[in-house]
Parts: sequence; C-alpha cells; structure tokens
Amino acid sequence: MTLPRRAHPRPLDIASGRVDLTHGGGGRAMAQLVEELFVAAFDNEALNQRNDQAAFNVPGGRMVMTTDGYVISPLFFPGGDIGSLSVHGTVNDVAMAGARPLSLSAGFIIEEGFPLSDLQRIVQSMAKASKEAGVPVVTGDTKVVEKGKGDGIFITTAGIGMVPPGVEISGNKARPGDAILVSGTMGDHGVAVMSQRESLGFETEILSDSAALHTMVAEMVAAVPGIRVLRDPTRGGLAATLNEIASQSGIGMLMEEALVPVKPQVLGACELLGLDPLYVANEGKLICICAESDAPRLLEIMRAHPLGRDAARIGACREDSHHFVQMKTRMGGNRVVDWLAGEQLPRIC
Amino acid sequence: MKYIDEFRDGEVAQSIAAAIKAEADANATYHIMEFCGGHTHAISRYGLEDLLPANVRMIHGPGCPVCVLPVGRIDAAIWLAKQPGVTLVTYGDMLRVPGSRRLSLLKAKAEGADVRMVYSTLDAIKLASANPERQVVFFAIGFETTTPPTAVAIKQAQALGLKNFSVFCNHVLTPSAITQILDSPEVRELGTVKLDAFIGPAHVSTIIGSRPYEYFAEEYQRPVVIAGFEPLDVMQAVRMLVRQINDGRFEVENEFARAVTRDGNEKAKSLVADMFELRRVFEWRGLGAVPYSALRLKEPYAAWDAERRWDVPQDSPPDNKACECGAILRGVKKPTDCKLFGTVCTPENPMGSCMVSAEGACAAHWTYGRFRDLERSE
Repeated sequence: MTLPRRAHPRPLDIASGRVDLTHGGGGRAMAQLVEELFVAAFDNEALNQRNDQAAFNVPGGRMVMTTDGYVISPLFFPGGDIGSLSVHGTVNDVAMAGARPLSLSAGFIIEEGFPLSDLQRIVQSMAKASKEAGVPVVTGDTKVVEKGKGDGIFITTAGIGMVPPGVEISGNKARPGDAILVSGTMGDHGVAVMSQRESLGFETEILSDSAALHTMVAEMVAAVPGIRVLRDPTRGGLAATLNEIASQSGIGMLMEEALVPVKPQVLGACELLGLDPLYVANEGKLICICAESDAPRLLEIMRAHPLGRDAARIGACREDSHHFVQMKTRMGGNRVVDWLAGEQLPRIC
Repeated sequence: MKYIDEFRDGEVAQSIAAAIKAEADANATYHIMEFCGGHTHAISRYGLEDLLPANVRMIHGPGCPVCVLPVGRIDAAIWLAKQPGVTLVTYGDMLRVPGSRRLSLLKAKAEGADVRMVYSTLDAIKLASANPERQVVFFAIGFETTTPPTAVAIKQAQALGLKNFSVFCNHVLTPSAITQILDSPEVRELGTVKLDAFIGPAHVSTIIGSRPYEYFAEEYQRPVVIAGFEPLDVMQAVRMLVRQINDGRFEVENEFARAVTRDGNEKAKSLVADMFELRRVFEWRGLGAVPYSALRLKEPYAAWDAERRWDVPQDSPPDNKACECGAILRGVKKPTDCKLFGTVCTPENPMGSCMVSAEGACAAHWTYGRFRDLERSE
C-alpha cells in the first residue's frame, strides 16, 4: 500500500471553513494553514525553507528596522484592506528614512471563528502588495485567540531596509527657511474608512490612498541626498506629523491653507462629519522637508511619479521657540494647527 | 464646494473687514458676544480676530452644550452608566468631560461601564432594538437644535414598543441663558462686563426662529444679528451690529436668512412642545440655577424618562476652585485669565468643561489662538 505523500489529505475548506483554536495550536492543522494559505501566497525562497527565522545576506552600511500593528476596522475598505495596508504602512516607514526596503515579517493574531475565506482574501492581498512593492514577507507567525478576545484579525508587520550612503534623513533635521512639501491630497484614507463604518454609512467615491511610496522616495533621494525630513502623515494626519517634526527639530512652521491639496469629496465628507482634513489619516502620502533651493527639483520628481501627481509646496519652516505650527487661513487670519486632542477617528490603521 | 466656498472667500472677508474698520467709531469700543460655540469655533479656526480692528472685541458666550452642563449632571450620567444592565449612549464630546473627582464617562468606560458614542439618536434606538437584554439610556444634551432628534428617538421607541430605551434629558434653552447673562450683576448693576450686542445662534434659530430674540433685544436694548457659522457670516454679522450700535438701534436682524425664518421650524417646535415641559429650575455651569431654562419629559412620556426609571442622584458638587469656566461662560473673564489655562488644564487633560469641546472658549483659544498671547507677551 502506498500512503499519500501529501501531509494533509483534505485541503482547507476555504469557502465555508473558519479559523478554530487548532489553527494556532502548533499541530497539523496549524501546519496546514501555514502551508496552504500563507506560504502558498507569499511564496519566496526564505519563507519556503520553513524555518522559525529567515536567513539572508545583507550588504554593508546603515540599516533601518521598523514595526507596526494594524487593527483597522472595517477590515475591507474602498481602495484596500488590512492586508495591503500592513505591507504599505511598514514599507513606507522604512522608506521614510530614505531607505530601500528589503524584507518584511508578518504576525497574525486571529480570532476564533474568523472565516477562512476572509483570511485568504487578506493574505492574498498582502502577498500582492508585497510582490508589487518587491519586498518579500520572509518570516511570520500565527496565533489564534478565543472568540471575544480579538476583533477578527490583527496583523503586525516589521520591515528592514538599507539606507543609501550619504543619506541622513531624520525628524530633527528641519531648519528655519526649509520648504515643506506634501506628495498629494490629504485625508483620503481616513474618509474612505469612515465611509464604511456602519454608524456613518455615507456613500462616497473616495478610495483610500494606501500605497507603497519607496520607489518615489528612491528617486527623490537619488536626486537630492540632502533631504532633511521625510514622514508619512498617517494617524493624526498632516497636523500631527508637522507638530512632531516641529518639536523634534525645535522649529516653528507656517503653512498656507490655500496651498494644502484636499479633494473636494474629502472636504465635503469632512464638512458633514465635523472633521478637519488636516487631522485625517493618509496611507500613501509623504511630507518632505528640504532646503528651499531643492524644493523645485523634488516637486518635479514627485509630480512625475504616479503617486505624487498632486505634490505641492505648502509652507516653510521658521524660527519659533514655542515650536508652533501655524497656518494662514483662506480668510487671511492666522491660527495654530495644534496636535490632535483625544481621538478623532479610532482604528483607522 | 458649492454653498460652502461662497462663505469662505478670503477676498470678500478682507473687504468686509475694511468696511468694519471704516464704519467703527475709532473712539468707541464695541463689545460683541457671540452666544454660540459654533461661532466661537469659526472665529478661532479661521483666525477672524486678525481681521477685526482692535476696538471690536469678541466675547465668547455660553452656547456650548457640553460646557454648560454642571458637574452634578456628569456625575449622574456616570452613575447611570454604572448601574447593572445599563448601556449609556451619548455624543462623542460628552465622554471626556470631567465630573467630580476627575472622573469622566471615558474613564468609567475604561473601568468596565458600557458607554457608547453615537452620531445620531437613531443609532441609540438601533442599539436598544439589537440588545433587548440591555437598558439603553441616551444621555441627551444640547440646545434647541438637538432636542427634536431626541423627540424623534422617543417617538420611534414608542412605535417599536421598546421597553429598554430611555432618555436622561439635559436639553436647555437659549433665550433663558441670554436673559440670565443680561440680568447678571456684572452686566446690569456693576457694569463691569460690557455687552453691547449679540451674534444670535445659527442652528438653534433654524428651529426656534428669530422671534424669541425680539423680547430681549427690546427689553435690554441690545441689538441681535442671527448669523450662520461660516466665517463670512460672522464677519457680516459684526458689520451689521457695528451699524446698529452706531445708529442707536436695537433690532433683531437675520443674516442667516438662507436657513432661519421668523417662526422657525413649526414641525420641530410642535414635536418638542408635545413631548417636553419646562423644568422649574436647572443648574448651568457658570450661570448657576437658571429658572425655566431646561426641559424634561411630560407625564405621558414618563416611561422613557431615565430620571423616573432610576433614582438618579441630584447632587450639585462645586467646580474645581481654581477653574474659571463659570466666569468665562458669563463673559466676565477670558480663558487667559484662568490660572489653570494651559498649565494644568489642556485639551488632553481638561479640568473644566470649556477645555473639552472644540466649541468651548478655552479649547478654541488654546487650539487655534494661543500664539497671540505669546506674541503679546514677548
């Protein structure tokens, strides 16, 4: 008699199956989930070795490492899902050091009862995002928690990358006189996610801007290695990110409301919901602070890239011992653009 | 964005600003109170103070529903949230308002109380229908604008036969608050607070109309201009008030004619009149006990009244001693006159209610305008 060579005689029932505690138990069910769902989707040399860690050679130089947890609700939203977001978000965090992302890890915390079809959809979307970005998921982990102890699925990804020689981008490098650039319209992601919340349920054509920015960053850094600061304005939006940079660098900023690009649909939704687009999250935009003389060149590069078409110069850094981010309003008055107090939009990433 | 951009045009704002400057008597000072938090927020958010001449002073009024609720009512809501089987539902801003002993609904929630935030009263009804084993209490707050939605929710609960829905009613009335301010000793007898004119509420007036202001404009000889919440609405209202003051007139004028009529929304008014009655007296933060200034459910709707269903505590603990919210709400003090402002009291860690809501005078000044104080002091 010949035994079947496959370790799992019956494939996972993706269509109607659900995650149960055995899928995190370390036994055969877990091995099957990992193999048929995760390894099949991510499929790369390091992961295929099936070790508890990925081993690979790295070039010498400066390395960056980052990690981020994703708890977004709802899991699927116009323009993306928790899977693609968990790749884009971490790739972007690596890229904001001017680095070239090399590889990712992924940890999944799944609630008992989560549909396997949703899990597959998320994992495949993640794999697609990682392949498009050219940054493989080389190692991972799966845990299953009892029903009621999670909320569907949480994903944590970590990423590493290499910084090109001569590049030293950091939040404390902004100087008075530097230009402040943004790569596109503000607030798309937050509004797209909000539109899906059951309590708000409004219809909109706005898609999340979730995207990996590293190819645009690579072109920017190649042209202007002396870029001072790069940062992606995610939670807390443009306002929170500028305040972080102002306080790290010990400077003030002055921007102009009329120069900040915001889509009319996003403005409309914010009006309805009583939100300020400056505080709404983005997942495919960056803020760049550079010497005034480098600004035209960087704007040109961003605008030539598909992810930077609406790039704009929105203001400048200046001396201010209080580190205020101020804005000239369309009315011609001035106001502080403060840190966000409390939580404007919970769980948007 | 149509119907919005027209009211946020910077060039028009500059031309109105120039007109105000030209028309205002350089030897006089104009003290204008904007009653509503919505106007306070617009003034700060759009930096309108920079557009007004120095002798036109804006005084922030008490029209922020979150700010005027006294500590005792917050404590009562926290008490309700802690009752077994109760899910307390309210608008987002209420969660962070500090009660006594620095408790808040947000902290009660973290300690295990079932507190939920909704955007609409109908979401509270949905929650009650979906959770028949829970007692869903809607913590209802606000001026005349938010009262009709509460009435609609009760009608809906009645139609659905919901036995597990009730309302903790804290709806208050605008005209009685304005009268209280004008009757206060600082304004009437001592004259230490100058109030020459009022910008009347936008959304409240869509419901109650402009007629209710006619009485006190005449009785107290103060001009009123009802204005929308857009920055140009505020600028235009200031210009109209400067003219009335110059002419010695005290009329009710309506700048917000695109939404407000003299009689308001009859349907909403009759719904409210059918369901609610006046409380003999209600405590306001800052204004104290104000007679006939708040609403409660009438007897036929007692079944939906949380205060009749539970023995809700009626204590009125005092505010933090150093907190000046009371004087700020009456226009007697400015946020910067408070020792706590920006030192221990910030939007992240509010001591008083004016620092909680984006419409509160302190939060608006801290969030958008505090650079002015520093520029002045340097």
